[in-house]
Amino acid sequence: MKFTLGWLKTHLETDAPIERIAETLNAIGLEVEGIADRAAALAPFRIARVIEAVPHPNADRLRVCRVDTGSGEVSVVCGAPNARTGMTGVFASPGAFIPGTGITLKTGEIRGVASAGMLLSAREMGLGEDHAGIVELPEDAPVGAAYAAWAGLDDPVIEIGVTPNRGDAFAVRGVARDLAAAGLGTLKPWSAPKIVGDGPSVVVWRNDYPEACPWVLGRTVRGVTNGESPDWLKRLLTAIGLRPINALADITNFFTVDLGRPLHVFDANKVAGGALVLRRGAGETFRGLHGRDVTVESEDCVIADAAEVQSLAGIVGGEATGCDATTTDVFIECALFDRVRVALTGQRLGIHSDARQRFERGIDPALLPAGLDAATAMIVEICGGVPSEVSVAGAEPAWRRRAAMRFERLAGLGGADIEPERAIDILRRLGFGVAGRGSDSVTVDVPSWRNDIAVARSNYAYDPDIYFEGSLTGILDPAPDLDAGRVRTVREGASAIGAEIDLIEEVLRIDGLDRIAPVSLPGIPAVPRATLTLRQGRAVRVRRLLAARGMAECVTFSFLDRESAARFGATPEALALANPIAADLDQMRPTPLATLALAAAKNVARGFADPALFEIGPGFRDATPEGQDSIAAGLRVGETPLSWTSPARAVDIWDAKADVLAVLAELGVPMEALSVTADAPGHYHPGRSGTVRQGPKTVLGHFGTLHPALCAALDLPANSAGFEIMLDAIAEPKRRRKSAPSLPPFQPIRRDFAFVVDAGISAEALLRAARGADRALIAEAALFDRYAGNKLPGGQLSLAIAVTIQPREATLTDAEIEALSGKIVAAVAKATGATLRS
Amino acid sequence: MSDDLSIIETEARDAIAAAADPAALDAVRVGLLGKSGRVTALLKTLGTLDPETRKAFGASVNDLKAGLADAIEQRRAMLDAAALAARLEAERIDVTLPARPERRGSIHPISRTMEEMAAIFGAMGFAVADGPDVEEDWYNFGALNIPAHHPARAMMDTFYLKSAGRNRPMVLRTQTSPLQIRTMLSAEPPIRIIAPGRTYRSDHDATHSPMFHQCEGLVIDQGITLAHLKGCLIDFLRAYFERPDLKVRFRASYFPFTEPSMEVDIAWDRKSGEIGGGADWLEILGSGMVHPNVLANCGLDPRDFQGFAFGMGVERLTMLKHGIADLRPFFESDIRWLAHYGASPMAPVTLHEGDAR
Repeated sequence: MKFTLGWLKTHLETDAPIERIAETLNAIGLEVEGIADRAAALAPFRIARVIEAVPHPNADRLRVCRVDTGSGEVSVVCGAPNARTGMTGVFASPGAFIPGTGITLKTGEIRGVASAGMLLSAREMGLGEDHAGIVELPEDAPVGAAYAAWAGLDDPVIEIGVTPNRGDAFAVRGVARDLAAAGLGTLKPWSAPKIVGDGPSVVVWRNDYPEACPWVLGRTVRGVTNGESPDWLKRLLTAIGLRPINALADITNFFTVDLGRPLHVFDANKVAGGALVLRRGAGETFRGLHGRDVTVESEDCVIADAAEVQSLAGIVGGEATGCDATTTDVFIECALFDRVRVALTGQRLGIHSDARQRFERGIDPALLPAGLDAATAMIVEICGGVPSEVSVAGAEPAWRRRAAMRFERLAGLGGADIEPERAIDILRRLGFGVAGRGSDSVTVDVPSWRNDIAVARSNYAYDPDIYFEGSLTGILDPAPDLDAGRVRTVREGASAIGAEIDLIEEVLRIDGLDRIAPVSLPGIPAVPRATLTLRQGRAVRVRRLLAARGMAECVTFSFLDRESAARFGATPEALALANPIAADLDQMRPTPLATLALAAAKNVARGFADPALFEIGPGFRDATPEGQDSIAAGLRVGETPLSWTSPARAVDIWDAKADVLAVLAELGVPMEALSVTADAPGHYHPGRSGTVRQGPKTVLGHFGTLHPALCAALDLPANSAGFEIMLDAIAEPKRRRKSAPSLPPFQPIRRDFAFVVDAGISAEALLRAARGADRALIAEAALFDRYAGNKLPGGQLSLAIAVTIQPREATLTDAEIEALSGKIVAAVAKATGATLRS
Repeated sequence: MSDDLSIIETEARDAIAAAADPAALDAVRVGLLGKSGRVTALLKTLGTLDPETRKAFGASVNDLKAGLADAIEQRRAMLDAAALAARLEAERIDVTLPARPERRGSIHPISRTMEEMAAIFGAMGFAVADGPDVEEDWYNFGALNIPAHHPARAMMDTFYLKSAGRNRPMVLRTQTSPLQIRTMLSAEPPIRIIAPGRTYRSDHDATHSPMFHQCEGLVIDQGITLAHLKGCLIDFLRAYFERPDLKVRFRASYFPFTEPSMEVDIAWDRKSGEIGGGADWLEILGSGMVHPNVLANCGLDPRDFQGFAFGMGVERLTMLKHGIADLRPFFESDIRWLAHYGASPMAPVTLHEGDAR
């Protein structure tokens, strides 16, 4: 909300400098979003008189002016058509910065005549678009005086952010009240002049939708002249960014900001049938004052005359019954609209207005009569006319309530050291009435404008049920599976202290949160417990390991375009965004590999052909809180780095498999229990990918070359190798002590075997058979050569393995080694049908 | 005979000195000291001499043998040294040639910051809580005292999924505050948790990303006051920014789930961006005492328990600490940016391994 310092001072008696006002506003929760000191830019400009203007000797369109600046006489060459002898204008001397042109003025010579300054147009001063001529001031404007101060343009504009709970701070008076409470001055008394109506209103209210509008007042003022507003009003509105329209409209805008009391004026002579009806919309369309057509529905509250809809309640008025220069009789609307309905209608129609903003956050439900009278008085003063009696529908809703605060809680909850008298004084100055004072507590009456105090929940409907007194309904939204007794207890607890905390907040924010001495958290055991769970700690280890393996960690969006997502897994409709921010961010990803692939492709497109990326993040299975998996995904693209020591090679499935196995080993997975099957998901190359399993059911991960069709679609090189590790599938390691290691003193022996097998036999089966030949003596079996070529019969290949034999009890004799070799050959032959290669 | 010996010695020493390589030297050795070598032959003649002569001549021949053996060994050592020197010279290479290349990976600055947060809050006795990105409406709003139609809901720019849970659309969490609720429902006080994680709001411009990260914090116990809130956050901010005297300011504000609510500013220099210096203030996080309705919604009686909650933007704290100007590259995975701002996987985070750098 914007207001000027001068406006604030009409409600606040203060001599505090603006810096202190800003500091205080920030401290008490009315955050200053900006202070525009328009006077600074206008400071060099002074009022001056043109003593004489004569034609320029060398130019038809220029004049040479002798200008009295108040501190001497200078010669100025001026091109404005209205520059003439005797006029009063605004003068800038050399050195002044001209906001409208962005130029710093210099002494110059124009067509041979010296010019020591400039007479200014409104646009040159940055005060609008008027550039038809130089500014003309009244004859009595004081020559030599600062223009900004004389014109009232030196009033700084303050803009504050108002939090959703503080509808009362959407009024200059509300801001002034808070500042006065914070010790920045005194709130000036305010009361509306009493208006005695002359006869009944020619327009009357009828309310067919009381849920949307519990109370509405109105009156007609007949015989008004709706011209331009007086300067002071135009200046105020212009300063805060509102365009002056006509006096009646400007007056309603004034009270919207001044008292937070939105009003609307109808041209009474355009209202058909002499009555305005509050009712539900029925699909009608009307033209709003914001220049657009509005179509209303049955939940919307509209104001209609006998002919049609004339206004959208609390949001925007209609063009048809708007006031203009021809208006002679005006009907003033002063209503209390339901916050929720205004909010919902406003959101649905996307109409933002100062009225909606205030109704949504809650206005003062008791201010209607005074607000109407104050507006009437100003209309009569500015536009003349005779006010009628008030037409009323509904009645003031019940809003009176009390709240109590135990002084001890200021320290007990707030950690603050505040004397009871100080606390009571703050509440008083905020408008609370002291209803009772005990030795340890105070009971106060809550002022009508504080819709955020002692309400059962953030007060968003004018429903007496929401106030604490008398009702506890609807204050909570308890967890669905809490038992009824518990709910009853906590409900009592919340309603017992809810209002008290509201008061504590008021006292603390006004007293100053900065005055509360910070205290470090108490009671930490000397050694804190573990910060991370096992699962969280694992993610940290995986992250470090993959980064140490040369991959760059990425954080990519959890959503992407549906078509790309579908290449990486299921894309259920339930996981589509109902309101995506962009068409290419509309589906939750099935796996982080999907968004990682897009990121890798972008790097390739940028000319960085060999990215190695990973991400640890969610993949989404279904649209429930349980439907997401923590996945470590990685992708290597392009080639290994160039080197003179060995040629670069394309990355491949073995890089990805190594990444997966390194991670699983790091996490303590029993590697000997793993198996690899050739059934990875469809985004991998079907013949060049694998799934790592622990037992028949548990899938720990996938790896492989990405599917060539996918690579082509995403503009990735065809050999791109990726992996996914299902971190949630990895079992917690058993917490048991390791047995003592076997460290026999005998040297291990290596024996190599070359087997010929059918090409369909997996290397893993062969190695497993070799290892299993003698579990006590065989420490390791490693594949060191694989040959498939024309030296072998078709459909066969040669696998060469090195078996490490570790004697345990004594050195083996040649005969024993020979026997063991025989066992190995036999075991492999039995498991795979392999024969020793001759 | 002694003349013979001196001739033999002279010739032998010449031959040893002339041996140019180990093989030649070996031939010389055999010719002198081998089975049929000249010196060996002299020794064989000793038996034919009279005892007197044998004693004197034998001593001389033995001296000659020892002297020549010594000379041969010296010559051999010299030849070995020369051979090694020649080999080393031959093996000399350009040591400025590049090593075998290894890729250097990096940890994303967001992860890094979240680990630092866990380390600092961990030292204050906090545990890390995590939970789902796809949330029931109730956890994200209702439980947090944000009723339907509340203006705060509109403030949050929520993403909704097409799927419905409990008759309302599922949401992508707009904050990690649902973890407050999940923690209070699953654990008894005292509670000290932080919840760093992904959050989503439908806002996309230079300073907003539709996905970003938040770190929520919650402390619930008996006797926890706003003074502790201030102490805890000041302790954190000073440790995180490594400025033990960092000035921190608390301003009244409003959040539906806390009361009283506060925004927290730190001192900085608007021009230089330096944290802690200057006379300007920078808003850095939101906080407040947990609203009694939130406690009650989770089954805790607000007459028995109270505490505070806070939330901060992970990207924002990262940008401030490292002077990163632009938000968007965090999510663009440009390998140049990742290499530039990414952290070393070996850099310690825990406080005992060093400061939180």
